Formats: sequence, structure tokens, C-alpha cells
Amino acid sequence: MSSHITDTSKVATSNSSAAVAKKPSKVGAAAGWADERLGLAAMGKKNLRKVFPDHWSFMLGEIALWSFVVLLLTGVFLTLWFRPSMSEIAYNGSYDQLRGIMMSEAMASTLDISFDVRGGLLMRQMHHWAAMLFIASMMIHLLRVFFTGAHRKPRELNWVIGCLLLLLGTLEGFTGYSLPDDLLSGTGVRAADGFIKAIPVVGTYVSFFLFGGEFPGEAIIPRLYTIHVLLIPGLLLALIAAHMLLLVYHKHTQWAGPGRTEDNVVGYPMLPVYAAKAGGFFFIVFGVTAIMGATMSINAVWKFGPYDPTKVTAGSQPDWYMGWPDGALRIMPGIESHIGPYTIAWNIFLPIIVLPGLLFTVLLLLPFLEAWITGDKREHHLLQRPRNAPTRTATMVALMTLYGLFWAAGGNDIIAILFNSSINDITYFLRAAVFIGPVIAFVITRRICIALQRHDNEMLLHGYETGVIMRSADGAYSEKHLPVAPEKAYAWTVRDRGHVTSIEGPSTDGATAEDANGVPAPKGRLAGVREKVRALYYADDVQKPTAEELAEAHHHAEHEHALQAALDGHAADGHQFDDHGGSVSENPLRGGEH
Amino acid sequence: MTDVHPKINARTDALLPDPGIAEHAWRPTDVDAKAERRAERQVAGLFGLSAICTVLFVVAYVTLEPGPDGDIFLGLGASNLALGLTLGGALLFIGIGIIQWARKLMADHEIVEMRHPAASSEEDREATLAALNAGLEESGIGRRPLIRNSLLGSVALLGAPAVVLLRDLGPLPSEVVGDYQGAGLEHTVWTKGMRVVRDVVGTPIRPSEVEIGDLFNAEPEAIFPTEENGLPELHGAELQVAKSKAAIVMLRIPVDELVPGEGRENWHVDGIVAYSKICTHVGCPISLNERTTHHLLCPCHQSTFDLADSGRVVFGPAGRHLPQLPLAVDEDGYLIAQSDFTEPVGPSYWERDHDDIGEQGEADLS
Repeated sequence: MSSHITDTSKVATSNSSAAVAKKPSKVGAAAGWADERLGLAAMGKKNLRKVFPDHWSFMLGEIALWSFVVLLLTGVFLTLWFRPSMSEIAYNGSYDQLRGIMMSEAMASTLDISFDVRGGLLMRQMHHWAAMLFIASMMIHLLRVFFTGAHRKPRELNWVIGCLLLLLGTLEGFTGYSLPDDLLSGTGVRAADGFIKAIPVVGTYVSFFLFGGEFPGEAIIPRLYTIHVLLIPGLLLALIAAHMLLLVYHKHTQWAGPGRTEDNVVGYPMLPVYAAKAGGFFFIVFGVTAIMGATMSINAVWKFGPYDPTKVTAGSQPDWYMGWPDGALRIMPGIESHIGPYTIAWNIFLPIIVLPGLLFTVLLLLPFLEAWITGDKREHHLLQRPRNAPTRTATMVALMTLYGLFWAAGGNDIIAILFNSSINDITYFLRAAVFIGPVIAFVITRRICIALQRHDNEMLLHGYETGVIMRSADGAYSEKHLPVAPEKAYAWTVRDRGHVTSIEGPSTDGATAEDANGVPAPKGRLAGVREKVRALYYADDVQKPTAEELAEAHHHAEHEHALQAALDGHAADGHQFDDHGGSVSENPLRGGEH
Repeated sequence: MTDVHPKINARTDALLPDPGIAEHAWRPTDVDAKAERRAERQVAGLFGLSAICTVLFVVAYVTLEPGPDGDIFLGLGASNLALGLTLGGALLFIGIGIIQWARKLMADHEIVEMRHPAASSEEDREATLAALNAGLEESGIGRRPLIRNSLLGSVALLGAPAVVLLRDLGPLPSEVVGDYQGAGLEHTVWTKGMRVVRDVVGTPIRPSEVEIGDLFNAEPEAIFPTEENGLPELHGAELQVAKSKAAIVMLRIPVDELVPGEGRENWHVDGIVAYSKICTHVGCPISLNERTTHHLLCPCHQSTFDLADSGRVVFGPAGRHLPQLPLAVDEDGYLIAQSDFTEPVGPSYWERDHDDIGEQGEADLS
């Protein structure tokens, strides 16, 4: 291999940077034709070789994007046969068990797609699996963005767009799985009617408008269909386009590392490498959904049968992404208020209308809240390691814990059966756990982050543990430490030292307590709150070592190397000066002189 | 310390010197013609496999029968399995081939591009602001408040048609009453003297046929119109609405275990009680019976009701007891309803306590 490195005479033509302009080619002629009409060259010049940094986690958003494309393609196929009508007809297809049964045309056409259209079942299952991938990958992408600080300025608005995409994707999922009008989805729609009716003042009006009269009526499926195939997909497309345009405009964030700074972006050009990888990845996502559709049954509506408002299946649950508000609904105590002639159903209104709205608002505001607390108004293009923002990381873990507990509550009956335990106990436990759990998760995560920061400092100052145990001449044992690779050490140490305000001074702080004349700012009280929150936000944050500490530690190590080398040619033993986490300068050295 | 872009104001300081971008390492395919040709063959081979899968897809489409009576393979529908696997293969092999091509054969030099701050330059900002001001000035929108305000007012008013046009999405809750049998939130198709019939089959029920502890679903006779009972036939949506509100569950409980609510002492027939099957939480049909405790559990959100104690909530998120249907026996010895439900069935709503239930009277428990 090493012999090859020097032998660059045989370098493949694709990797030679001396790509010179050749004679006018067919591609060139076509491009010329297009440019004379569209003037694309100015844009192409800037964007065709646009640089995209590489990291596995940048692929998560791509999964969402490509599964959306799969949804569009498979969805169009399904619309060719699906009949969004609630007219009752006798099923006359090839599924014996339901033949002759009265059902809506929506259900009957869903059965036709599943059994009588070749490839129809495959497209249905691919559509449903792609929907799950779409929402799951959006969620994981959101977590990646937040944990690495990619939501900070200037990308706050793209975070907002992303949150809206998640919300719309969820609604799109609900409207989609309600369309077949089978027993399970009908139960979901019926519950949705109950949620709407619980809205104070306007609930029944909204319900009657949505259903075109009393539940279930004959209007809901056609209306959900229009929302599902036209309204929400249109909004999703527009927002995805905006999301992508902002991504291109801001240029992708990148991890700190050799040569990677706040003001550059290092990676492969859009054409050809990134285009090939992203384009190839589309085929992979599409192919994986096809294999999922081939091998994994999903939403077998023929087993549930058509919707009948007097029937229900045990273990009725929505698709997983709807599980958490359903869980909140399950563990909410049954509180209802009767005020004069009016009823407020808190037991429904709070968990299913107020709570999701509230948590979504919190999600939308996270970047702005963080910027307000830190007072950081700088642009950020280098990603942060989650450990280096302990409070932020802990906040998201707390939110994830809350989500997880609500989600578990959404399956409290399944958990009770699975573990043969009392559903009452599980419910009582979860009622408390949704309040306590996130707090515990917050504290533990924050401490883990801080411990990891300390660990980083240990590694920087004293090197990593090699696992090699050394015995000194006087019989003492110690482990050999070696310095971390320079690239790694560099990447770790690219981070702020101290609070943003201590770097920037009070000038960046929009709401400083007083102006030049010592007059308190109008928001004086809020600024005081902010100071306190900020102190808590940064509390116990471990700073990277100073240059002096680093130099001293390295000096000690070298000294030890020298000492050890003198002893019989043994390699260094760095252990004696890392026996506690305090300042290195306090460490007594065995050699004494340095 | 890293150089700071004069316009990007981030100052994420580095402690150690930047080692710089790692030197480009040649891949075997860059320097070894054999490896290069091998990679080329691999990529083309993957594309070839994709083509084979596509051909097989077409073959499977033509030859395999879909549906429940179609071909079976390993217990799975052969058509779905074959179409999905071949389509998946056709797509995956293209994807893997392209990525292999990118990794092995395309140039892998990392490129550095400089970033620019998200904000426009000061000059651009000033020019835009000047253009905006010039445009506003020339329009006179600031100097002519009469025009501006009347325009704003008339545009804002245009929201009204948008709202008004949606009015016919559906009737108001009070407007449907009387449109069809049992219409409206406070009513169901139950009427005085209507027979209670078994779910699905529609046969009337004699009290003697009901065993103790026997929970079963029942419906009003109106759901099953016959020549004999002479009830008007319900169709389509009206039938669905009727079913969605009138469904009941019935249970025979030993009379000494019954704790009837005030004014409900004669609502049971020999311990046979009837309750709305529609959960008062969000409206799922309740169905899971705990025989020893006469508790009824909703499978959707686990609200539990005690059927021996006027349908009281004993557990879960429901805020109200299950409405009870007063029962009696007609001259032929079949179970009938004494009246419609005395309170609205199903989930709670804002006007629930407001609406007059009419002649049936209120019998709210509290």
C-alpha cells in the first residue's frame, strides 16, 4: 500500500484535478441551449460544486426526504383505485370472509387494492411503512440537530420549519390511516370526534362542521381525503423546499476537526460525489421500503373488518407517533367541571388538545429560549458535542423521557398483559412518573455530560489509558498513558471557554441590566431572571484546560518519558501525575525537578 | 487559535494549533489499474443485478396471482412477496452501485469552501432599505392614511366570505334535531316501549333467557326494521348515527348486589340492567367485562365502570358515569325501554348541561 502512495503516475483519470475544458460536448451543447433560455449558468457555477461535509448523522434528514418522495410515488398509485366515499355497498371482491358484508366504498376499494390489484398490497404497505420511516427519521433528525447545536443562529428558522414538518407529517399520517374506514381507523376517528367535542365553547360546532352533521355522517372520509392528498402534501412540499433552500443558503454545519473552522466548509462537491451518494441513497431508501412492504404486513384492514360504531377491537391503538398524546389521555384523572349550564371536560381537553399544543410550542421555541438564556448572538457553523452543552443535552433528554413515559402510557394495557401486572398500578405509577421522570433524567444527563467533559480534560492533559501495566524499579505498578492523536485533541478543544458573555463582554447581551448612565433597562426584572437562569444553565460546566495547564502536563509527561527511558529503556509511565482531577500544577512530581 | 472570518462573528476558540486538513490518501482504485477495473466491474455488475430484478418483477407481475386465493409462498402471498423483493432488489442494487461508484472511482479530494454570513452586506441592506423607502414614498401610502386604512379595512373584511363560505360544512348541533329519528346530541333512537333486541341478529329478549353474569350487546329494534314491527327503515348515515348512539350493553346482576341510583330503583328487570355502550370518555364502544366485579372496561383508554352501581366510574380517565337505559317488560314478555336515555350519551361537550333533555327529565347522578 505504502508503495502505491508515492506512485501517483497511474492515478485514475477521475481523481486528477487537471480537468481541462475539452471540445464542445453534447452535454455542453444541451447546457448552452438551456442557459440561453433559462440563464442557469450563474446558479450552476455557484452550486454544482457546492461542498457538503460528510458525517453519518447528516443522513437522517435525507431518510426523511427520500421517504417523502416514496410516499408521493406510492400515494399517487393508491389514488388511482381508492374511492373516498362512505356510501354503503356490499363487498364483492375476492376476500371470502367479507363478501356480501355491507361496508363503505372506501373500505371496499381498500380491499380491492389489497387483493385484486396486482402490486396494490405492496404499494399500500410501502406507503404505510414509508410514512413511519418519514416521521421516525424526522424525529431522529430533530434530535441530532438539537444535540449538536445545529439549531443555533443562523438556523433557528429552519428549526421552526422542521418542527412544522413534523407536526404536518403527524397530521398527514393520521388523516392517511383513517381513510380505509376499517374498524380500527374508525375507532380512531370516533375518538378524534370526542377530542374535538371536548374543546370548550366551539367543540360541538367544530365537530358538526367537520363531520357534516352528527358523527359519523357521510362527509368525513372524502374530507380527510382532500386534506390528505392535497392540502397537507402541498404544505409539506412547500416547507421541504424552504428547508432545503435554507440548508443550501446557510451551507451545512460540520464537526470541528483539522482544517474545519467556523468560516469554511470541508467536504466533497455536490457534483459528482454528494449527488451520487444522495441519489444512490434515494434508491436505497426506496428499495428498503419495497422490501419492508414485501415481507412485513402492516395495517391488515381485512382482519379488522369495516367500521361499525357499535364494535371495537381490544388493544385499539393509533399508529406509534400518535401514541404519546393517547398515553396522556389514558393516565389523566377523570376531571370534569360543571359551570352553570356548561361542561368542561378537562380529562380530554388538557391531555389531547392543550398538552400537545404546549409541548409543540416548547419545541418551536427551544432555539430562541436557549439564545435568550445564553445571550449568544453569534453565528455557529461548527457543531457542538452534546457533552459540551450539558443543560441543553439534559433538557432534550428530559423531553425524550417525558415523551417515552407518555408513549408507554399509550400502551398501558399491553404492558399490563405482557408483564401480568395491574393496569391500575401502571397508570398510577405513570401519573407520577411523567412529573418525576424528566427531572431525574435531566439531573442524570447533566451530570453524565459534566463527567464526560472532565474525562476529556483528563485525556487531553494526561493521555489515554493504554491498558499496559508498568512495573517500576521500586516495584510500584502503574498504567502507561499515551497522548491522544493531535487531530482528536484539536477537535475536542475547539469550543468556547466560559460563558458567551464573558467572551463577548456585555455588548452582545441585548438586555444588560443598566445603560451607560446606570439607569436600569426597562426589562430590569426579566434581566435579573435571565441572569439567574443563565447561571444555572452554565453551572458546573467544565472548561477546557488552559494553555498553561496543557503545557505543564505535557512537560511532565516528557520529563517522565526521559526518566523512564533512562531506566532500562522502558517507556514512560504517566500515571503518577494523574491521580486526581485537580489542577496539574498541584501534582507533586516523583522526579522533583522540572 | 483559528482565523476568524471577518464577517462571521463566531469565536469558538481552539486551544491547540489546527493540524490542517489531512493529506489526501490515494485509494487502491486510484493507483492500481487492476483494482480500478475490478471496481468498475463491481459497479456495472450491481447495475446488471438491478436489471435482472426488474425483469423478474415483470415476470412475477404476469405470472403470480394476488389476493387471498392467489399463490402462496412460505405462508406469504407470493405475488406481494415476489413483487416487493424484486422491486426492492432493483432499487437497492442501483443505489448500492452508485454509492460504490462514488466511493471507489469518483474523485475523493476534499474541497474547502468559504462560508459567508447569513446577513447581507451593509451596502445591500442600505440599498434595499432605500428602494423600499422610495417605493413606499412614491406610493404615498404613508401620506394618505384614508386610502391605506380603507384598503386595510376592506382586505380584512375579505376574511368574512372565507369564513361564511365554510358555514355549510355542516348543520349546527341544534339544527339536526327532528331531521331524523333520534337526531341530535341529546337524543337516540330509543323511545318509550321500543323493544331491546340482540346485536347482529335482532331478536327480542325475554328476561328469563338472560343468565346471571351474562354480558351481551343489544340494540334498539329500530336498527332492524321488519314488517312486523312496522318501524321506518334507517339508511346509510342515519343508520350509522343511530347505531353510534343507541348501542347498549346488558348484564344480569343478582338483585341484592345492585346499588340503584336515586330514582332508578325500577330501571332494572330482575337484575337485568342496560347501559349505553358508548364510553363517556371519548366515545369508544365499551366491551370488556370483569365478571366477578361487574366492572366494564373500555378497551381504548381503560376507563372502568361499575354496572351494579349506576355505571359509576371506578377507574380511568372518564369523567362521568355511563348513561343507563330504563328497562321494562311489554305484554308479550319481551324487554323494552321505558324511555330514551335520560341524559346525552357519549363524550362530554360544552353545552352538555345546558340542553334540555325534554320530557324524559334529568336524572343526573353526582
